[in-house]
Amino acid sequence: MNITNEFSLTFVSKSLNEGFARSAVASFALQLDPTINELADIKTAVSEAVTNCIVHGYEFEQGQIYINGKITDTNKIILKIRDKGRGIENIEKAMEPLFTTGGGERAGLGFAVMQSFMDKVRVNSIVGKGTTVVMEKSIKKSYNYTADRENG
Amino acid sequence: MIETTYQNKTLTAFLSGDIDHHNAGEIRARIDGQAENLHPKKLELDFAKVKFMDSSGIGLIMGRYRQMSLLGGRLEVVNVPKNLERLMSLSGISSLGVLKSQKN
Ligand SMILES: Nc1ncnc2c1ncn2[C@@H]1O[C@H](COP(=O)(O)OP(=O)(O)OP(=O)(O)O)[C@@H](O)[C@H]1O
Ligand SMILES: [Mg+2]
Repeated sequence: MNITNEFSLTFVSKSLNEGFARSAVASFALQLDPTINELADIKTAVSEAVTNCIVHGYEFEQGQIYINGKITDTNKIILKIRDKGRGIENIEKAMEPLFTTGGGERAGLGFAVMQSFMDKVRVNSIVGKGTTVVMEKSIKKSYNYTADRENG
Repeated sequence: MIETTYQNKTLTAFLSGDIDHHNAGEIRARIDGQAENLHPKKLELDFAKVKFMDSSGIGLIMGRYRQMSLLGGRLEVVNVPKNLERLMSLSGISSLGVLKSQKN
């Protein structure tokens, strides 16, 4: 498996940037020729991870959010979304559906959504240092006449 | 993002565009403000024009469910687009009995 394309993006943890992050990743993912549903899955998972950085990682402070995206020659997208916020004490517990420290307006479903909409989700976190979420999704190859012709 | 109507003791909120954490705050404030003034028998959340939603939208629904219980009314979620069905079913909110596929 080789990396065929890559981007990195850094932005401040303003909620306004949730939409920007979704759109930016979606634009990058387009080169995999995803279906509308696959693209919506990626956007939703990115929205979950970025929102968690803003709402939980930085909460009342402002910090930087880092996204790194890679595409492989096996038609896979790998996304790494990272904050340098407060970190997660018990990752296993945090990933349980309906678990939330966010109060009555949060469903506690962000990680469950990421897991359901992506193929793989990995979480690393150090309390006081920050949290990194790595997600992968394989996009089914669709027959592409133009690419086929160009590649001989 | 949100438009509301009030008729026959029903407060209807027509939601549109993206429902994420950024937009949910304003939607929540608009709905709760009106519900507290009007004390509707029913709050209807119409999702017909919602293009994107993440778990913040689920939180919005669960929060309004609680809010309506406190105010002595009930909640109905109507016109959920096909592409949001997976998120809705994953959330288990159907067990609250608020999901109506067809508005009538
Ligand atoms: N980046 C992060 N930094 C610190 N804590 C986090 C981070 N991401 C998640 N958490 C913790 O994990 C919990 C579960 O996250 P999850 O996204 O599943 O639910 P939620 O954000 O609480 O609710 P929802 O995503 O449904 O709005 C959070 O309540 C929070 O305690
Ligand atoms: Mg979350």
